[in-house]
Amino acid sequence: MNTIDTLQFAFRALTAHRLRTFLTASGIAIGIAAVILLTSIGEGVQQFVVSEFTQFGTNIINITPGKITTHGGSLGAIGSSRLLTIEDAMALKRSRYAQYINTSVMGNAEIRAQGRSRRVTVYGQSPDFPNVFNMSVSTGQFLPADDPRNPRAYAVLGAKVRTELFGNTNPLGEILQVGESRFRVIGVMAAKGQVLGFDLDDTVYIPTTRALEVFNREGLMEINVAYRPEAPVQAVTDDLHRILVARHGREDFTLTPQQQMLNTLTTVLNVLKFAVAALGGISLLVGAVGMVTLMHIAVSERIAEIGLLTAMGATRTRIRILFLMESTVLSTLGGLGGLAIGSSIAWLLKVLVSGLPVSTPWDYVLGALALSVLIGLVAGVVPAMRAANLDPVTALQTE
Amino acid sequence: MIHLADITRIFQMGDQSVYALNKVRLNIAVGEYVSIMGPSGSGKSTLLNIIGLLDQPDKGCYELDGKNVTDLTKDEQAQTRRDKIGFVFQSFHLIPRLTAAENIEIPLILSEIPPDERKSRVVEALHAFDLQSRAQHRPAELSGGQRQRVAIARATILRPKAILADEPTGNLDHSIGAEVMMLLEALCQTGTTLIVVTHDRELSARAKRHIGMRDGKIVTDTS
Repeated sequence: MNTIDTLQFAFRALTAHRLRTFLTASGIAIGIAAVILLTSIGEGVQQFVVSEFTQFGTNIINITPGKITTHGGSLGAIGSSRLLTIEDAMALKRSRYAQYINTSVMGNAEIRAQGRSRRVTVYGQSPDFPNVFNMSVSTGQFLPADDPRNPRAYAVLGAKVRTELFGNTNPLGEILQVGESRFRVIGVMAAKGQVLGFDLDDTVYIPTTRALEVFNREGLMEINVAYRPEAPVQAVTDDLHRILVARHGREDFTLTPQQQMLNTLTTVLNVLKFAVAALGGISLLVGAVGMVTLMHIAVSERIAEIGLLTAMGATRTRIRILFLMESTVLSTLGGLGGLAIGSSIAWLLKVLVSGLPVSTPWDYVLGALALSVLIGLVAGVVPAMRAANLDPVTALQTE
Repeated sequence: MIHLADITRIFQMGDQSVYALNKVRLNIAVGEYVSIMGPSGSGKSTLLNIIGLLDQPDKGCYELDGKNVTDLTKDEQAQTRRDKIGFVFQSFHLIPRLTAAENIEIPLILSEIPPDERKSRVVEALHAFDLQSRAQHRPAELSGGQRQRVAIARATILRPKAILADEPTGNLDHSIGAEVMMLLEALCQTGTTLIVVTHDRELSARAKRHIGMRDGKIVTDTS
């Protein structure tokens, strides 16, 4: 009995009970559709989060003051960590891996211009800031490359601040008051929108040293080092570490490569995606239980037929294959149906609900299909074994 | 053709051993027409099952068509059944979801005969058993006589050496039963061995050789 005949035989058995076949296949279809839909959403969310996160570039190492460790003795005996300073940043700039360095301080301040005032996030940044974070200027220019210890009092506006304070008039050359200090506006950033909850357009950028004065701070909040993409991240980290330890005498800072954060994030999102797929898997499991039940019923109903086939010379292997084929055909049909349903709902969601990140990962789709074939095989094994091991004499006596 | 030597078949009923067949010796030549008669429980069906390789003896030796088939594996038995034996049952045993033509085709499919040849042989068989007009009907749409004709067409399509019929007319009324028997007898005349198990005296009387059984033993064997 060749494969085509076996398939045809299985098909005839399934079409003999259309409703029953349809319902059981639906169980599998719903499961597969759930898996596909949920993983599509999971994948979409992952892509969305990662792209939000990497839009500023991935070859960045962030340096923050203080070292997170647990000490045995009292904290007072060791003393507080040294601050990160502009001089530290200037030393790091001499690392052979460093491409751009940015020094960062942020805070809330009241800004005033043209008789209007607004409370916004004020960033103290270096002239390299747009290069480090892939930001661009729409009008004018970013902060000029002055001596970082004594930069001129220039300010660059976020897109929203510009419209809020200056309306349609040209802000370039105007005076902007930040706290008690006065700055001259030399540029406006391109609109960036919200990123992970921060409105990057409702901001003002001023030189770091000036920001330290505005906020009355001694040390930097963060130094961002952009290294050449081809440089190995470990070598870069080691080099930066060496420079800072030489300056501070000990490790009282924390180096966090963006890549490392990204890896952590990806791991978390993968777990999330898997968990969501597992949820879909539960409904698939329910469908599979339905299939096992159906196959047992099919065998019980067809005991006489099995006896007949045996009498006509079908081997046990043949009987087993017939029933395995039947359950596999059934689950594959269900799987294909689920694939169609799942991916069309995913597509509809994407089209109808704009902003919902949905992306159907094709490897998951193929995986789901393979899974439904596998479910058919597994669901069919026990019933098929039962069918093959029937005693033909008893089977033939069954009506 | 069929040589049974000291065939014994024991069934365990609780802690009792029941001898369904007790040292049965039987030789049947090619083309013979044999009827096996006996009361219920006399072992006639067990004998037929053993001849048809559906059941295995506990003791004894069985030679079929010049070959010792006593110790064949399950797969070898299946193959021997397929190639040498045709079964006809009291309850027809047609597959309800398949048409008459498809039911007849099953043995051809099992022996992997190419589709073209299958079709022509099925058409031939339908013709031989006067079933052309019923080819596309399912068993439920056929009369008892038609069903048994389909079953016989199926049993003979691979041209077996022997046809084993267990009460072939048991579910048919008298005249239809006689027609069916004439079909089987016509096959016997072309050289096929025909063994009919029955407890119907009239049916048994049609055979050339009559075997009577009682308590697992052959008690009469007359020609």
